[in-house]
Amino acid sequence: MSDAAAPLAPQTHAEEHHEHPPVPYLAIALTLFVMTGVTIGVSFVDLGKAGNVVLAMFIAAFKASLVLLFFMHLKYEKKVMALIALIPYILAAILLFALFPDVLYGQLTHS
Amino acid sequence: MSQAHVIDPAEPAIPSVYHGKLAMWLFLCSEVMFFSGLLGAYITLRTGDPVRFDAGHDSLHNHVQLAAFNTVLLISSSLTMALAVLRGQQKRTGQQRMFLLLTAAMGTLFLVLKMFEYKHHLSINETPSTSIFFSFYYTLTALHGFHILCGVIPIMGLWWYAKDKDVSHETEMVGLYWHFVDLVWIFLFPLLYLI
Repeated sequence: MSDAAAPLAPQTHAEEHHEHPPVPYLAIALTLFVMTGVTIGVSFVDLGKAGNVVLAMFIAAFKASLVLLFFMHLKYEKKVMALIALIPYILAAILLFALFPDVLYGQLTHS
Repeated sequence: MSQAHVIDPAEPAIPSVYHGKLAMWLFLCSEVMFFSGLLGAYITLRTGDPVRFDAGHDSLHNHVQLAAFNTVLLISSSLTMALAVLRGQQKRTGQQRMFLLLTAAMGTLFLVLKMFEYKHHLSINETPSTSIFFSFYYTLTALHGFHILCGVIPIMGLWWYAKDKDVSHETEMVGLYWHFVDLVWIFLFPLLYLI
């Protein structure tokens, strides 16, 4: 990119965010559409409660990572930026795992 | 490096990341925790007492078409938003504005369809107090819808200002937010409608 064309971009960092190769936006969107179809389709197939839940969450996580990596450009950002952006997902996973004792207790007391 | 004391949001905070973008990512970090708190409560209560959730969930699963269409809408709007950011960086303002407008239109359509969905459920007496499932359904989808609304407004603002200003950085920041709202829906959709 040319500096003159970007008054907001500081001159010392002319590379900014334009150094990455073209992002395959259309292919990503198509994959997301297909995965949406797949997740709806398998929700009508009985894989056992646990099977359906695990598969749906696996597909959702896959779709989410496509959005994060490509639409939100994390694949092309500096590592430290990606680290900052991903920390809350790790924290969220810890939070959800920390709830497991409650989940199990709930199931035990209810059955 | 001599720097002014006033922080310019467009300047890099860490190499190649300007302050505005870093700030948006930090805001999104807090949003992740906001939604994971709600989803954690949903998962805990649902697994603890699945029977209370089943009837409501079946009602949603049988009318999944509208939500599926809304999912397609949000993914498409994420695509047009990404293209708006790209065109903004390429200084192709005309296309940037067109994609911004498309994104806002799809976001608005999402909200309109959500209203019809609410209307349908309310008409068959499925209100927030019907069951704990519907309590979660309305809380989660309404908060998500509010996020959509909070995205559509700045997108329209960008469409307006892009006419005679370079708003490529701002477009990228709002774009990150918009993709995040899409990302939340990617989890809400199966959790509420499918499983």
